[in-house]
Amino acid sequence: MKSKRCVAMLLAGGAGTRLGVLTRDMAKPAVPYGGKYRIIDFTLSNCINSDIDTVGVPTQYRPLELNNYIAGGQPWDLDRNNGGVFILPPYMTGKTGEWFKGTANAIYQNMAFIEEYNPQYVLILSGDHIYTMDYSAMIDYHEKNNADATIAVIEVPWDEASRFGIMNTNEDGSIYEFEEKPPQPKSNKASMGVYVFTWKVLRQYLIDDEANPDSKNDFGMNIIPAMLGDGKRMFAFPFRGYWKDVGTIDSLWESNMDLLEENPKLDLYDKRFRVYARNIGSPPHHIGRLGKVERSLLTEGSHVNGTVIHSVISTNAVVRRDAEVIDSVIMPGAIIDRGAKVYRAIVGVNTYVGPNAVVGSDPTGLAPDQQPPVTVIGSNCYIPAAELIEAGKMVGDDEYPKKED
Amino acid sequence: MTIDALGVIYTGANEYYMQELTQSRSIAALPIYARYRLIDFFLSNFVNSDVHNVGVITQKNYRSIMDHIGGGREWDLNRKRDGLFILPPYGTAGNPGFYNGTVEALCGIRDYLEKSSQKYVIFSDSTVLYKADFRPMIEYHLSKKADITMMYWHADEEEFQSMHNPVVFDVARGGRIKGVAFNPANPEGPRVATGTFVADKSLIIRLCDAALSMGETRFIEGVIAKNLEGLRIYGYRHNGYVAALHSTRNYFKACMDVLDDKVRAELFLNDQMPVYTKVRDEIPTRYVGEGTAVNSSLADGCIIGGNVENSVLFRGVKIGKNAVVKNCIIFQDCEIMDGCVLENVILDKDVIVRNGKTLMGAASYPVVIAKGSVI
Repeated sequence: MKSKRCVAMLLAGGAGTRLGVLTRDMAKPAVPYGGKYRIIDFTLSNCINSDIDTVGVPTQYRPLELNNYIAGGQPWDLDRNNGGVFILPPYMTGKTGEWFKGTANAIYQNMAFIEEYNPQYVLILSGDHIYTMDYSAMIDYHEKNNADATIAVIEVPWDEASRFGIMNTNEDGSIYEFEEKPPQPKSNKASMGVYVFTWKVLRQYLIDDEANPDSKNDFGMNIIPAMLGDGKRMFAFPFRGYWKDVGTIDSLWESNMDLLEENPKLDLYDKRFRVYARNIGSPPHHIGRLGKVERSLLTEGSHVNGTVIHSVISTNAVVRRDAEVIDSVIMPGAIIDRGAKVYRAIVGVNTYVGPNAVVGSDPTGLAPDQQPPVTVIGSNCYIPAAELIEAGKMVGDDEYPKKED
Repeated sequence: MTIDALGVIYTGANEYYMQELTQSRSIAALPIYARYRLIDFFLSNFVNSDVHNVGVITQKNYRSIMDHIGGGREWDLNRKRDGLFILPPYGTAGNPGFYNGTVEALCGIRDYLEKSSQKYVIFSDSTVLYKADFRPMIEYHLSKKADITMMYWHADEEEFQSMHNPVVFDVARGGRIKGVAFNPANPEGPRVATGTFVADKSLIIRLCDAALSMGETRFIEGVIAKNLEGLRIYGYRHNGYVAALHSTRNYFKACMDVLDDKVRAELFLNDQMPVYTKVRDEIPTRYVGEGTAVNSSLADGCIIGGNVENSVLFRGVKIGKNAVVKNCIIFQDCEIMDGCVLENVILDKDVIVRNGKTLMGAASYPVVIAKGSVI
């Protein structure tokens, strides 16, 4: 087979427990974002926009939704004769087989897939970040430095640096130390979880790591420190632009709200760098005679006849008359019925909020530090009429199951 | 029921009625309802009826049709077996490469018709928009042992008067068509042809050959009207929303109809009959600053900074601060800058209206601004 310069491996395996009810039925990368996208659209689009046309997606947690969504990869132009996007489930060999033990093990178990393309480089990505990035510049940088590994870093505010994996670098950009969540950070260059490896080098480290019974088989905890310890050539590639880890409820909500700014930092309008999504072909969105929309994001298939202020209204979501949605994310297919109020909340896929129900508490007029916590309703819930869901609560379909009809 | 039929769409009829809007595109490529083109409805009708062999007869200016339908993937017509066939006219010694009417076009696609494995042909014109499942129509055709079945609808008085040369059928109690009238003055409860028919394809080839040899190029005049006695020609009534796109005024009204909840539900909210179209990967529409909309339909990719009322906005439209857009149809990628006031206006693609301009049409006579104009 024709060999590839670079193969991308997109890690979509995690359970995403910090997203609670939102990841009960789907893997984190499949969680909807920004009205018409799923989180994974950003990394898949980055790949194709960076001329990387071979992407493996090791996945093991609730894969149905993700499998359905990615399918043949056509929406991202990843349906290729040589290459394309591949879902890589854990598999049995002979009589044994095992789940992916860690991020490094997920790659180890799929070495045969990578070898198929005999690549010079492997790009390791995670499927839970929102950003647009041209990886080809990073690969060029890796090549120019004759590096063994290159790690993309973003400068974070100093007071937040202790929440990240921090790269301490020399003047030439080479990394001399990696500190996971350091209490006293020496640098504010946080790892974005985007790695380029020279495949021959990584391959050996994966084999050695697998042979070590004490290893957690994790890139951040094991592979990177081992390579640093051996004095491998490792560089930090500086990224400037919007980047957000949406692994928590608050960050997912905030990142959606970031799209509502007059000039959002995440530029989705660049025609040469489109973010693609599987499009289900819904009609234009419609604002009814009683509808009112301010500072919001609406996408095709949605219908608003109530009041929507500073919110994201996703595909086929409905806000009926006299309903009020403020500072919220209404995910695809959710219905906010007459007179219901939804404040500072995330309402999951296909959830129904009954007439006059109240979700969260009204943030209007409160100072930024007085804002109520984000309220979450999971997917496929049925919230009965006039029900109150307190601010900060997280409820799912075990508590509010949909009635059989 | 699976049906043994192929579909044919004739994209190039009567375009001169629409003036500016069809100057650079065939009528089937006319944008409609914020994110569609007319042909989306015809293609979707076929696909939703389980017809998976569809030929599209293109005429002059077919670049925009080709660009839109591509390989037919969005309609699930990119198939190994059957699928989508684009049938442009090709010039030979005796043929200038342009079809003068349906009869010539049907003769021109003889090879495609003969090579296809299906027995029946469902032919669709491009000037009347409707949503239909053709399976009941075929069943009707078979149950009547008809030779040709023509679709019609009951037009109302006002609608009828606004049409250009409508064809009206005289349908007997049993469904057989007894007479055909061309643009009659004041018919009662007119049964107007949609231009859609079902027939055995070999019969159609034979009839069109015969008509062409007599110099007839139009199907209803040359084939239907002349064979009412000798053939079993039946009328099949279509119930439901119909928009005859015979003029700019008709078009304007049809676009505004989509703001009506009932029409929108019929056209778009039936899960069994989705309307498929080309995907453009726009970002969702953003309302910024004081921007807002009421009683309007908007596609993705717009940035709304002003007031939009009773309007239909296509993809990627920008509305500036304090601009007012009322009763308007704004095509893809137009930009209306700060402080403009537009009422009863149709802006074709890529029009720019600079700061503070006012454009006013009348509801009965909308102003049409040609593609790419800068005002």
